[in-house]
Amino acid sequence: MSKVRALVGTRKGAFILTSDGKRDKWDVSGPHFAGWEIYHLKGSPADPNRVYASQSSGWFGQVLQRSDDGGNTWEAMGNEFEYDGEPGTHKWYDGSPHPWKFARVWHLEPSLTDPDTVYAGVEDAALFRSKDGGKSWAELPGLRTHATAGSWQPGAGGLCLHTIVLDPTNDKRMVVAISAAGAFRTEDGGATWKAINRGLRSVGIPDPDAEVGHCVHHIAMHRSRPNVLYMQKHWDVMRTDDSGDNWHEVSGNLPTDFGFAIDVHAHDPETIYVVPITSDSQHFVPDGKLRVYRSRTGGGEWEPLTKGLPQKDCYVNVLRDAMSIDSLDECGVYFGTSGGQVYASPDAGDSWKPIVRDLPAVLSVEVQTLA
Amino acid sequence: MIRVVLPANLRTLAGVGSIVELELDGSATQRTVLDALEVRYPALRGTIRDAGTKLRRPMLRFFACEEDLSDASPDDPLPEPVVAGTEPFLIVGAMAGG
Repeated sequence: MSKVRALVGTRKGAFILTSDGKRDKWDVSGPHFAGWEIYHLKGSPADPNRVYASQSSGWFGQVLQRSDDGGNTWEAMGNEFEYDGEPGTHKWYDGSPHPWKFARVWHLEPSLTDPDTVYAGVEDAALFRSKDGGKSWAELPGLRTHATAGSWQPGAGGLCLHTIVLDPTNDKRMVVAISAAGAFRTEDGGATWKAINRGLRSVGIPDPDAEVGHCVHHIAMHRSRPNVLYMQKHWDVMRTDDSGDNWHEVSGNLPTDFGFAIDVHAHDPETIYVVPITSDSQHFVPDGKLRVYRSRTGGGEWEPLTKGLPQKDCYVNVLRDAMSIDSLDECGVYFGTSGGQVYASPDAGDSWKPIVRDLPAVLSVEVQTLA
Repeated sequence: MIRVVLPANLRTLAGVGSIVELELDGSATQRTVLDALEVRYPALRGTIRDAGTKLRRPMLRFFACEEDLSDASPDDPLPEPVVAGTEPFLIVGAMAGG
């Protein structure tokens, strides 16, 4: 029988939630790495028991963990993320030049085909790759040396590369997103990159439709249609049908188009989910109501999903990597909150139940569908 | 024999108890103690001092014999009671945050 495993990163450790295909009763394992910030965990699509985890701390720096048994046991891997060559400077918050300096791994993206190959998106923004299961890391410096990189400025969370989208039909193509530089695409396996931000408009930067400088929060893709990407930007939900060459807004009737998370239904590439957040100065859901919004039209027209979610006195946030889906016949949708709840919907968002409700603040949720 | 006390989060990372005992071949300095510690427990590499520069991480301190040795040269000899194993070498995380 099918099984589902949710890998949950929190401010104070990792938790692993497992259930059978009914997704009604859950086992909770953890905290793993208690006391440490776990920005992200993700399993290899090629070997689901191979799981990578980013463990970090303001005191002790970065640790990179790997499990080969689905998260039961872990081994610390290599944690040396050295920029290639002399890293130079990007812009600091005040506009002054600021030396590139590694802070942490925000996002891990295992290869679709090789369990030993995994990409890491880091702060200060750069893309690293390991080809030996996380033991050693090498930068793909073409991104950080992009012609615009000296002008990149951090968002409130830092200059972080937080999104890595791999094209299942072309192993040379990937898309990444950086706050607050924007989205970039490579067609040659990471050697060279193109800024793909045409159509984005961001108030608060001198030129609202500049080539770079946009605070992209997250990008999602359906594997059957890799040229279509959905984006939750700082403000605005966006869509491209040409791999990012041109974006258009699909915020439609959302109550607010600020937010962090966005994801796509496992079986319907036109069905997408977001969690609207009040504003950039109020990082909580509007009106005290926790509502996921679903569009069945690839954006533009949205419906609130509220059954089972608190609709009164709720003021949580849902971060960019804290939403995920499973690929069972009836697609499950999951998200975690700053209040420590992880909600699951076994029916594509029609109804929700908390799996757990008292974890530390949730940073990331990744769900694996296991045979 | 040198006795090293790690902060709690590094004990769980290394899978050790409150005190780690190390035997050193040569002289006992911050550098030789930390080198030996990282050889015994590779998971600790980069968590106490930068893996490249070998500089102490900013929010950690080194104490021994009621003295703050954090800003001493990493090649200075450690105090005799530490070398003798009667006093521990303390690696302490700054009291900040949650």
